[in-house]
Parts: sequence; C-alpha cells; structure tokens
Amino acid sequence: MSAKDDLLLSMKTSVVDGNRAESERLARESLQAGLDPLESIDKGFAAGIQEVGVLWENGDYFLPELVASAECMKAAMAVLEPALSASSRQASRLGKAVIGTIEGDIHDIGKNLVSAMLQAHGFEVLDLGADVKLERFIEKAEAESARLICVSALLTTTMVNQKRLIELLHQRNVRSKYKVLVGGAPVNQAWADAIGADGYGENAMAAVRAAMALLARG
Amino acid sequence: MMTPPLRPKLELLRPELVQSIVDEALVLLDRQGVFVENENALALFREAGQRVDGASQRVRISEKLVRDSLESTPSEVRLYDRGGDREFLVGRDEVHFDPGSAAITVLDPESGLHRKPVSPDLVRLARLTDLLPHYHFQSTGLVPSDVPGSIADSYRLFLALQFSAKPVVTGTFRVESFKPMLEMLTAVRGSAAALAAKPLAIFDACPSPPLKWSQLTSQSLIDAARAGLPSQLISMGMTGATSPATITGTLVQHTAENLCGLAICQLAKKGAPVIFGGSPSSFDMRKGTTPMGAIETMMIDMAYAQIGKTLGLPTHAYMGLTDAKVIDAQAGLEAALGAVLAALAGINVVSGPGMLNFESTQSLEKLAVDHEICGMAYRLIEGIAQRDSPMALPLFEALSASTQFLSLPHTKQWYRKEHTLPSLIDRDTYEDWLASGRKSMADRAAEDVRKRLAQTPLNRAGRPLRTELERIMLGEAKAAGLSRLPEAGD
Repeated sequence: MSAKDDLLLSMKTSVVDGNRAESERLARESLQAGLDPLESIDKGFAAGIQEVGVLWENGDYFLPELVASAECMKAAMAVLEPALSASSRQASRLGKAVIGTIEGDIHDIGKNLVSAMLQAHGFEVLDLGADVKLERFIEKAEAESARLICVSALLTTTMVNQKRLIELLHQRNVRSKYKVLVGGAPVNQAWADAIGADGYGENAMAAVRAAMALLARG
Repeated sequence: MMTPPLRPKLELLRPELVQSIVDEALVLLDRQGVFVENENALALFREAGQRVDGASQRVRISEKLVRDSLESTPSEVRLYDRGGDREFLVGRDEVHFDPGSAAITVLDPESGLHRKPVSPDLVRLARLTDLLPHYHFQSTGLVPSDVPGSIADSYRLFLALQFSAKPVVTGTFRVESFKPMLEMLTAVRGSAAALAAKPLAIFDACPSPPLKWSQLTSQSLIDAARAGLPSQLISMGMTGATSPATITGTLVQHTAENLCGLAICQLAKKGAPVIFGGSPSSFDMRKGTTPMGAIETMMIDMAYAQIGKTLGLPTHAYMGLTDAKVIDAQAGLEAALGAVLAALAGINVVSGPGMLNFESTQSLEKLAVDHEICGMAYRLIEGIAQRDSPMALPLFEALSASTQFLSLPHTKQWYRKEHTLPSLIDRDTYEDWLASGRKSMADRAAEDVRKRLAQTPLNRAGRPLRTELERIMLGEAKAAGLSRLPEAGD
C-alpha cells in the first residue's frame, strides 16, 4: 500500500472510530503531503461515513457513534474545504439544504442528527435551529439558492405547520424550486404523502438516503 | 407473640451515594447555576441575595438557600376529594396511583388505532378513574382536540372536576391558564382559603433539561405556591441526550433541577407544598426515543425518589407506563414492573397507568388492566401479616388422612384478608376459557370498561357548582373564539 493509501485508510478509520482530533490532524497532514483535498474527502473521510452508515444499518452503531463520526467529518471538512478549487467545491457538495424544527416546537435532537448526517454526506447544511417561523425557511432557502428544505416536528400539535409550510411554498409560487423533506416522531410516510412533501426520513440515516435520492432525481 | 408485618421496601442507592449526589447537585447549583426564563422568579432570587445574571437569565443558587428552602418545605402534603371529606396523605411511604397524564392521543378500542381525544373521551376517562378504587387520584390525562389549544389545559380540568370526585393531578400549558384553573378549584371549595386548607389539585411543572426552568413552568411554581397548591417537580433528563449518560450523573442533574424548582416555590411562599417528582428516561440510542418501560428508566425513578425521601420530601414518578402501542405482552410486563417497583420504592404519587407509546397515548382499556396491577402492588406492600398465634398448630390438632382446610372456620375468617381476587386476570380452566369465547385480557378489559361506564350512574358535580364551572369555562372559551363548549357526550 502506498503512503497515500495509508493516509486515506487512516482518514476512513478516524471517522469510523469517531476520533475527531485524529480526523482533523489527518486532514492537515494530507494538505501538507500535497494530496488532492477532493480525493481525501471522497476516498478518505466520506468513505468512513459510508462505513458508519453500514454499521448503523446493521445495528452495530448507535446514535452516539453516529454523532461522533459526523463531528469527525465536519472537522475534516473545515480543514479541507478552503483548499478546494471552485470546481472541486462544487463537486464535493451535493447541494444546499435548509433545515430546522418547525414553529412552536423547541425539540431539536432529531433535527440536529439529520443536520449532522446530511453534512457528513456532503450536503451544505444551513441549520436554522428550533422553533423556526415558516417564512424563515423560505427566506433562507431563497437567499441561499438551496435545493432542499428539511422540516422537523416532534409534537402532533406542531406537525400541522409542516403542511402550512408546503402551502406557503405554493402560495409564493416557489414550490417547484425545492424538495421538501419532513421528519420527526409523529411524522410518517402517510403524513408526508398527505401534505405533499417530497420525502420522509424515519431516522437520520433514512433522511440522508431520501435526500440523496431526491436530488439524484433532480 | 404477634409480629407486625414488614413493609417490603426496595432502595437502590447506598446512603453515602445519596449524599454524594446531593453534594454534587449543590455544587452544580452554586457554580453553574440554572437558567430561569422568568423575570418574577429571577426577581425572587435577586431579593434572596442570589447571584442573578439578568442578560443570560441565569441564577447561581447558594447551598444556604437550598437548605433553607428544604427546611420550610412540608414533608407531607394532604389532598382532599371534591367533597372535601376524604383525605389522602402524600408522604411517608404512602402510594397513590393516578392515570398517566397529558396524553395527546387515545387508543380507540374499536379501530385499535391511536387518534386525537375529544370531549367524550375525557369524560369517559374521568368517570372510569372515578370507578376504579385503586386509583386514588385522577389526572387530566388527555389533551382535548375539539377546543382551541389555548384553552386545552383549563378545559380538561373543567371536565375532570365535573365527572370525578377524586383529587386531580394537572398542569398548565400557558401562563394565562392558571387563573381560570384556580378559579374552578376555588369554586369547588367555596373560597381561596378553603382551597389552600384542603388542596384538590397538584400542578405538574417540568424543567427543561439540562438545568433550565422555562417562563411557563417557573410561573406555574410561583402561582401554585401562592395559592397553597402543591407543585410536582418533573425533571426529565434523557440519559446521554439531555442529561449525562450515567444514571448517577442524571441523578445529580435531576436533583439540581428539582431543588431549583423547590427554591422558587419557597421564595414565592414559605411553606408551600412541593412534591419531588420526575419523568426522566433512559434515552434509546437506536431509535432516539424515551422509553418509559426501560428498566433503567425505572431505576432512575426509584433512585431520585430515594433522594427525595432522604431530603424529607413527598415523592412522585411516572411509572407503570409502557411503550407498547397496543395492549399486548409488553404493555403488561412494563406496566407491572413499573407499578410494583414504584410501590416497593414507596413513591407517593405514581402517574402512569393507562399510558402507552412513551407518554403519548392513554387507553381506558389499559387503565382497567393496570388497575389489576395496582391491586397486586398494594397487596404486595401490605406485606405478610401474622394473623394469629400460634399460626397453624391448632389447625393440625385433629390431623388425619382426610384433613382439608376448605371447610374450616379459620379459612372463612382469613381468606379474603389474605388473598385478593382479581376481576380481569384469567384464572379459568382451559375448557372454561374456550367456552367463554377465548378472550384475551384486552378483550375482557374492553368489555369491563363498556359495562362499568354503561351501568354506573354519573358521579357528577352538583348544580350550583356546575353552573359556576360552566360560567368560568365559557368565559375562557369565548375569549378563545368559541361561542359554546363542545358536547361532552354524557
């Protein structure tokens, strides 16, 4: 194995192990060694995240591991991204996603997880936090030319606002510009279908899969 | 020589660990403090010489204030039913079960699905709770969907007070709702002084983990304290998510949050009744959910209750719940474990029966099943009594090959006192079970609920009181844009 392969493997391992300091160090080392940052992301860190996804699906990894690995990815990206050329930056990013917990709802654990996993999988995530006004989702998405709007709701009393958000997108004639992904404890596929959302994620990994599928479909 | 029965008791913490947890909680309150998003509460802390940072709404609380607050908090609370006659001691190792509260859905026995509750569901819940003797308290256990959200809290109390005479565990969803709720409770007693002398309701107030008391819940503490009504402090850390992953770490946070709430109550009114409660959970690291049926959840409950008792306070827990979605084996085992452990821990107010799906769904049928569990739990903590002395020797004096006990006067004298007879538990022979329609526990519970509600007359509040309650509630409804109240379907 070449030194480069060694380094890429270490990057992957650092993410799988959730060793944030190591991920960050390896990212710096790769730049010093003259590695293409895009390659480090694709074959190193992102490969790690994909492995973590498999471990999660298999039931070997739980939420704390998921979060730790996402943090590794974030730390590595913070080092590598400034070094990317404009075209590589484009290539490394799947698209911009606006995410938040809906108006009236302060619960954000689930949303934070989805946010972290989307970032880890190459989305540029604009996290608006919790208790986000409907208008704010749209304003941010418009201002940033986002492709995806992800809306979380934990309470049955607030999930109706997911519906209102979609209505508001229609009212403003911008519905077709965005893919809307809904999630949260009381949300299910039937609800997503009923309110005309584009996708639904039962958990953070499922949300990432849904987001990737939606953007792949254009 | 007669020996009194041993009250079975289960404690999970060594006394020195209780002490260490309380010590760390005191350091946490003093060093890191608590976010209190309520100006009235912050003003009380300022007046008491505590270090308040107005900009971040953070208060650091001295050990002395906590000790003084504990000193002035009564170790026992007495609740009284609607008529003011029946007294319930909340303290020592007394155990009172009440239905788990504030479910946002109800299990529909016909469809088997969860749906939003409407007024007739609330009436049925209050009536059923009233009819089942092992439930000493009722709770405003369902959040009605057929009134505007702004009056959902006062409206559920309005129905509860009318359709059950039992003391009620309730709480506010909005700061403004305390006033009409207090008015209704006062109407039952006739005056504010009479209500304070004979409290009819407990107000739940939940801090937001970690270490925060919101505007709403802080105000509820202040308002209830000033009305002489007990506040139930419901800390609810989720291990590894909103509180430390270790059980003892969560207990430190739990204790600190509750002690801050207790201090707010005592600053609002010295001597105000406070119950050391909670609804923490062992956070599920797979699903991101908060299982109430997890054994670790119950262990945290029992442990903080032990801490509360050590501090000389009445205690509460959310136990006897299940995370199952239907009345199945999981529902039975989780509810039974919880109720029995709560009873063994001597927790004073045990909210939980009837609840499914974390704390989201209430079921009248499960409430009937859980009633059997509560009956067993009560029997268990009664312990084993020595009924006579000698205990058995005289019964064997005439021992022969044909000795049996069924016909003995001794049997007739004691069997009812020694043994409980369940009503829903299946003890049929297989043949009888087949012949009676092969029914499950859930089937029998559904029949029982239907029969009880159909055959028992309403225990409804009398006219002058009802008129007054309606006047108060209608005023609230109109302010919320509702011209009249929904049909309660009674």
